[in-house]
Amino acid sequence: MIRAFGTNEFLFLLSAVQWTLALSVIAFIGGGIVGLFVALARTADAKPLRWLATGYIQIFQGTPLLMQLFLVFFGATVLGIDMNPWTAAALGLTLNTSAFLGEIWRGCIQSVPKGQWEAASALGLRYPGLMRFVILPQAVKVAVPPTVGYLVQVIKGTSLAAIIGFVELTRAGQIVNNATFQPFLVFGIVAAIYFVLCWPLSLLSARLEARYAAPTR
Amino acid sequence: MTYDFQFDAVLASWDYLLNGAWLTIKLSFGAMAIGLVVGIACALGKTSGPRPVRWLINAYIEIIRNTPFLVQIFLIFFGLPTMGVRLSPDLAALIAMVVNVGAYAAEIIRAGIESIHKGQIEAGLALGLRPLQVFRHIVLKPALRTVYPALTSQFILLMLSSSIVSAISADELTSVANNIQSQTFRSFEIYIVVTGIYLALALMFSALFAGIYRLAFSYSIDRR
Repeated sequence: MIRAFGTNEFLFLLSAVQWTLALSVIAFIGGGIVGLFVALARTADAKPLRWLATGYIQIFQGTPLLMQLFLVFFGATVLGIDMNPWTAAALGLTLNTSAFLGEIWRGCIQSVPKGQWEAASALGLRYPGLMRFVILPQAVKVAVPPTVGYLVQVIKGTSLAAIIGFVELTRAGQIVNNATFQPFLVFGIVAAIYFVLCWPLSLLSARLEARYAAPTR
Repeated sequence: MTYDFQFDAVLASWDYLLNGAWLTIKLSFGAMAIGLVVGIACALGKTSGPRPVRWLINAYIEIIRNTPFLVQIFLIFFGLPTMGVRLSPDLAALIAMVVNVGAYAAEIIRAGIESIHKGQIEAGLALGLRPLQVFRHIVLKPALRTVYPALTSQFILLMLSSSIVSAISADELTSVANNIQSQTFRSFEIYIVVTGIYLALALMFSALFAGIYRLAFSYSIDRR
């Protein structure tokens, strides 16, 4: 039975946005916490730590996000854990985000001039203090624009959760389209909603970048 | 809980997997080649076109970069037929990839064009080079050198995101994996093998591109 696209269908799409946002927030916060450790390991003095972090980043940046989600989803079954699409999507996106943020933040940490590292250790600061009081505060300033920009990638990435069957915005679009068969209208609205979420972040990222680019030269 | 890994069912269909990988490579190169033409046209239009053209190109770039690839695929594969354009999954996948990568390429190429200082061009002309020579030696080569790393990593990203076209059952690597999975039910084994193939492809192509970079752009220029 083909339904017409009406207010109910539109509201269904809108209510699915909360799951897209929830996935994005989880992936961003979880990925941020893990990503900080990845970035610290990637810039550490100990070689094995650096190798480990490099390998981690390489694997996540060298394979499709969709495959990562599949592997989390089906891999849990192998380990005998009962995994639902929601947990699989949240976990997969978190791991993926952590690798990308780790690599972005590595660049930011390394962009702090060598003199700062030397001065801090000359003042007797050990690694935790050196990072906490000297390096990271300066790295954060550089990190804000690309991090906001990456948030757009995170939001867009959550759409892949639709393929493993989690009902977020894109999956909701598929469901509505199957009932109404108005693909242009339905996916047009879905695209417009994503655009409304992502575009302000893109603009903000570009503006922050322009603002921070000037005084560092 | 012990799991009995069975890779033989997966490895038995290695020729099928190889075909899928080959289509992934063909799709990626095809989309990149056409996408570069789109990107160059858009970059030129955005830097030197009339205002309505600039506005249109900007809208295209921003819309593509701020919506998920999966939704773009659905719009093309399910949307276009309602307007009377029938597409095979493979063709729809190629079009979606071209439309997507064209927007990213446009921004990269625009940055490359804008990285050439006007003074360089004027200096070239003042030295008596003809405009075509100026374009070739002073604009094109340094601009290519500037955009090359970004374009090649965009290619890798494109190849990896091509796995998403499996959602409309184009016959590339991920779709092949899905088919084998539905016949053998060895989900984890098949996806770990396919993930390994993607990783190998990504590493192989980045090594290849790095080698080309060293060969083609090894002359040294001090730009500071």
